[in-house]
Amino acid sequence: MALNSAANDPVIVVRDLQTRFGETIIHQHLDLTVQRGEIVALVGGSGSGKTTLLRAIILLLEPSAGSIQLFGQEIVGISESVAFRLRRRFGMLFQQGALFSSLNVRENVAMPLREHTRLPARRINEIADLKIALAGLPADAGNKLPGELSGGMLKRAALARALALDPALLFLDEPTAGLDPVSAGAFDELVVQLKESLGLTVVMVTHDLDTLWQATDRVAFLGERRVIGYAPMAELTRAEHPLIQAYFEGPRGRAAREQSCKAR
Amino acid sequence: MTGGASWTLPLPPADRATLHYANGVVRCAGDWTLDGLEDFDSRLPSDLPSSSALTVDGAGIQSIDTIGALRLLTLIADLERAGGAVRLINLREEHQALLDLLKERLAAAGTATAPQPPNRLEQLGRRVAFQTAHIIQFLAFVGEAAASFIRLAVHPQRFRWRALFSDIETAGVNALPIVALLAFMMGVVIAYQGGQQLQAYGANIFIVELVALTMLRELAPLITAIIVAGRTGSSYTAQIGTMQVTEEVDALRTIGIRPMDLLVLPKLLALMIALPLLTVFADALSVLGGMVMAQALLEVSFQDFLDRFPQVVTPTSFLLGVGKAPVFAAIIALVGCYQGFQVRGGADSVGRQTTVSVVQSIFLVIAADALFSIVLGGVGLWR
Repeated sequence: MALNSAANDPVIVVRDLQTRFGETIIHQHLDLTVQRGEIVALVGGSGSGKTTLLRAIILLLEPSAGSIQLFGQEIVGISESVAFRLRRRFGMLFQQGALFSSLNVRENVAMPLREHTRLPARRINEIADLKIALAGLPADAGNKLPGELSGGMLKRAALARALALDPALLFLDEPTAGLDPVSAGAFDELVVQLKESLGLTVVMVTHDLDTLWQATDRVAFLGERRVIGYAPMAELTRAEHPLIQAYFEGPRGRAAREQSCKAR
Repeated sequence: MTGGASWTLPLPPADRATLHYANGVVRCAGDWTLDGLEDFDSRLPSDLPSSSALTVDGAGIQSIDTIGALRLLTLIADLERAGGAVRLINLREEHQALLDLLKERLAAAGTATAPQPPNRLEQLGRRVAFQTAHIIQFLAFVGEAAASFIRLAVHPQRFRWRALFSDIETAGVNALPIVALLAFMMGVVIAYQGGQQLQAYGANIFIVELVALTMLRELAPLITAIIVAGRTGSSYTAQIGTMQVTEEVDALRTIGIRPMDLLVLPKLLALMIALPLLTVFADALSVLGGMVMAQALLEVSFQDFLDRFPQVVTPTSFLLGVGKAPVFAAIIALVGCYQGFQVRGGADSVGRQTTVSVVQSIFLVIAADALFSIVLGGVGLWR
């Protein structure tokens, strides 16, 4: 993973995607492209299929039609061995953290390293401790069980695990949900900092308007089973589509925009 | 693909990270990334150069990630420990920035203090205190269940009848096939083992006593209780435990519903009704198994068997066997529910408490059975 990456180099290309649960169609003719080094957010009303899209991209859900390319590799219908090697290149932060409750934080972070590399155990522990520090946790947190952590620390520990393999691509599902405003702000800053120093590409699902203004390069708005708006935040909020208008023109949307204008 | 950059799929081949040492200069080259570093340690010579002034030259490093940056930092630390001052030069600007970020983050995190394992005496003390607290808590739980029971007797209209009937169905009706099969097989086995001995003395007809008394008094209640402990007690623990994890139990409390009333009492009563009925069913099936074996092996016909049966089996024998079942049921339901409420944390704890629940309830059922034998034998009820 080189740091000085060429722009205009798509990491994710979704074309004409269709997903369905039984008779219910979630996505239809959905297109989305994410460039390398971008932070992209997926937004939309509840039930618009944000998390489902994320799950399809990270190989947890087989789409019923269409194509998804990750790093130029088609992932619809690939073999398990190719999928295994591909999984090494991205990290996922689940909404509830999804840390393994029987393992302490260090063991949780070390797990992908043990599974995917042949590094000696001592190095794996060193790397795990580094990731815990990178995620902004104190070193003592490594010995704790997930049950002993607060919500904010849990998110950070989960981020440390998502970063374990130095992925080129990071997925975040509602990273700031349930965090206090200070922790949420610090988390946004952390993501931007990691993106800049590691050259990460980040795709996140979020409802947090402050995150959308502060941390994203582009925002994809999901509605009517497809992407109905895809632009930087300032531009997207001026879009004329009624769904987008309704989403951003509430009192909270306006407050967040004013806040961000002041900050600039 | 657009642009000049290219991806090799699904993983790009990495140049191995290498070190080259000459004249006081350690030159780093290659990809200092996870892929490039995988076998780095095994390729590293065991003796690091030791010199009072070393220079590490990072110009050859093509790409670096956090794992590579960390390895570079630990390498420099190792060199410093072996010799003296180490100077890092010619690192690319963005690589240096990453190294600085890591140093800053590691310093901010501080060093972990390894938790001291407690000594033997302390461990023993903790265990004793822990187990004592558990026994007291369990007794408190039983007391609370009894208090709820009394409240129910005063206000029977508040009882959750629907929960009771659905619990009777899952714990009782749905268990019929497995209880039937196992009880029948127990009857067959006892008749077969005992029958061979009886045949040697020509005392074939005594198979009726053997099968009827062992089954009705001891084995049928016990085997049914063990099946139910494994089948239903474990599901009680898992259900309440999962509700505990997802905060559903707390939600019930906030709504003003006692978890004891909704989750425990219907289960307790359902099992105390279902288990005696299952035991009667098991009695019948195990005697049938014995009859089949008696006819096949000992030439004791169904007719002979059934003629003798009422002569040897007194109503007391039957009632004592069935009478143990509600006690077993109470043990299984209370232990199962109590262990469910003991779940703390996550999925791991649910599994652990479920195991504890099954082991404890089977242990307590067998211990209670032994107690019954001694007490009832003492007052002469067995004869």
